[in-house]
Amino acid sequence: MQLNLPRSFHLGRTLDAFLPLFAVLLALFIGGFMILLMDANPLDAYRALWEGAFGTKNAVADTLVKATPLLLVGIGICISFRGGVVNIGGEGQMIAGGLAAVAIGLQYKESDPTTVIIACLVGSFVAGALWGGIAGVLKAYFNVNEILSTIMLNQIATFGMMYLVRSEFIDPRQKNAAAPIPETERLPRSLDLPRIGGTLDDLYDFLGLSAADANQWATTLLHNGIVIAFVLAIVVYVLLWRTTVGYRIRAVGKNPRASRYAGIKVEQYTVLSLMLSGGFAGLAGGIQLLGVRHRMNAEGGAIAFTGNAGFNGIVAALFGGLHPLGTIPASILFGALLVGGNKLQRSVQVPSALITALIGLVIVFVVASDIFVRHRSRRRVAVAVSEASAEAAEVRASP
Amino acid sequence: MIDDLITASVLASGIRLATPYLYAAIGETFGQRSGVLNLGVEGVMLMGAFTSLWAVYEITPAGATSYYGPALLAGVLVALLVGLVMGLATAVINVTLQAQQGISGIGIYLFGLGMSDLLFQKVFRGEVITVNGFPKVNIPVLSDLPVLGEIFFRQNLLVYLAFALVPVTWFVLNKTTLGLNIRAVGQNPEAADAMGISVTRVRYFTVTLGGMLASLAGASLSISLVNVFQQNMTAGQGFIAVALVYFGAWRARGVMFGALLFSLVNALQLQVRTKGIDVPDEYASMAPYLLTIIALIFASRRIDQPAALTKPFERGE
Repeated sequence: MQLNLPRSFHLGRTLDAFLPLFAVLLALFIGGFMILLMDANPLDAYRALWEGAFGTKNAVADTLVKATPLLLVGIGICISFRGGVVNIGGEGQMIAGGLAAVAIGLQYKESDPTTVIIACLVGSFVAGALWGGIAGVLKAYFNVNEILSTIMLNQIATFGMMYLVRSEFIDPRQKNAAAPIPETERLPRSLDLPRIGGTLDDLYDFLGLSAADANQWATTLLHNGIVIAFVLAIVVYVLLWRTTVGYRIRAVGKNPRASRYAGIKVEQYTVLSLMLSGGFAGLAGGIQLLGVRHRMNAEGGAIAFTGNAGFNGIVAALFGGLHPLGTIPASILFGALLVGGNKLQRSVQVPSALITALIGLVIVFVVASDIFVRHRSRRRVAVAVSEASAEAAEVRASP
Repeated sequence: MIDDLITASVLASGIRLATPYLYAAIGETFGQRSGVLNLGVEGVMLMGAFTSLWAVYEITPAGATSYYGPALLAGVLVALLVGLVMGLATAVINVTLQAQQGISGIGIYLFGLGMSDLLFQKVFRGEVITVNGFPKVNIPVLSDLPVLGEIFFRQNLLVYLAFALVPVTWFVLNKTTLGLNIRAVGQNPEAADAMGISVTRVRYFTVTLGGMLASLAGASLSISLVNVFQQNMTAGQGFIAVALVYFGAWRARGVMFGALLFSLVNALQLQVRTKGIDVPDEYASMAPYLLTIIALIFASRRIDQPAALTKPFERGE
């Protein structure tokens, strides 16, 4: 049945789309007071933040590098949330992925680099998927709350990684050292993810932009992980909205009981959602390893490797409206905040912990503002239904 | 080897280390019994840990070599106040604004993680400061008992208080009208509402109480157990506290046994490390998390989970 929706519908929609932006502005506003508390000038601080994130080509490159794991974790989160499961296990899944990548890379360091890089990335996806799958099986078949199990699995992955890196995986050169550093060997440079700055410079040349700017992208640390992440965001969009599997994942998330009546095997789709979600987080770990870290190190625990991307990816996905394409700009925004935060610390002596607190506020504001969206859409439906039934009554009344 | 591991002093430290789990998990029990899951406990703990230590540091006279009563009292009060504010904020977010509780909690956690670190950098420039925390209080007669005396009766006030909360919680939840209302709201908010119980008011009460106890849990770390503050010093204990509520099947006694399980493992770990026994540290660290998952599998077969847990309540028109 075609519903004639009132005009206010469009205005409401537009407002809803801007709610996350209001959330960020509100968080930055409150952050201004926190900066004042730190005896710094909020305007100077935010200028430093912007400069740090976008001021130079290096800054932009750093922002994009930081955004890459956020985007990958985020598109996985889109799948799991749409499938009705809350995956808080990104940290552990990233570690599983990173371990798989370093293990495969070290095992086959003599082989053809391109093949090995692909094997590392596939391996990291599989490892993350298996780690997420544990929580999926526990939820689907043992009714264990996935929020709790994924949090537990994060800790188990962290300690497992620390154990492996200290024993089985340790760099042979560290093994006999007096005070061994708990880290693996560095992967051969042939396995570093290719940098894409050179290609970008060529593109600039082609567009005739290079003369205006002497800096070259080629000297930045930008690697092709961001390209992989962009492409996969589109793939996940297609998966969720253009395939039967995606339709079923979303159906199970919306209404498991109705899905079951419709013949969908709800348990299997729950496991699948968590496996896919875990897989993308695992891949984020693999790309972080091949693109940035090149080795696992047990010092500093999980956060030193993941940079909290397992949590921040959730934020990016929520901010992007749990839509893979919306997650692209959202992850760049949060990547920028994180990179800019370091500059904040260096130039105006405001600890980058401020950024962690701000991100926390953004999450709270985004989920708390959701109620306005729900209420408006409910009113919309109510209005639409009453108009439709009035119309139907008219139709019936007229002979 | 076993003799080396399980000594009276290890058991005593196991009892002591249960304190933060107990406060946080009991607070969370109240919230969950009324139908609200608060995942932000970790963040509130960190804020409580920092602010209470700060208060103790500021009020203790310079150069004091032993504890200073008023400072400790102020530390506890400050922690309770901070917990009250953060608990109220959590209630506004989860009850009034009906936010998705699994996510809003992560927000509160990150806020507490960042904010406590920010204040730490601002006030102490990130230096680890030791304060004179709660002293041991020997309970007359009982503390002289062989073995048991050392394990149970030579602890500090915050430890005794944490364990005293267990029967109090049981009593409040099961034997008072307030407890009945809390359980009704968590089990069937519509029916409770029809009976004239204000679902919102009950949930505001439990969530705010949960915030205060979480903050006190943080204080019990920073001014009673280790007497320092460090960035992210709770290291996941707040998340464990949330799981302990499931583990203990939403009952105070079950929560206490869960807390003791974790704290005894922690105490054993310390012992293993100091004795230099050759067991990989990480296995011991991992064990409680594995146990929790296994316990969750069994807990899920029981039907005592509050039926309205994580479901926001909205009055029908």
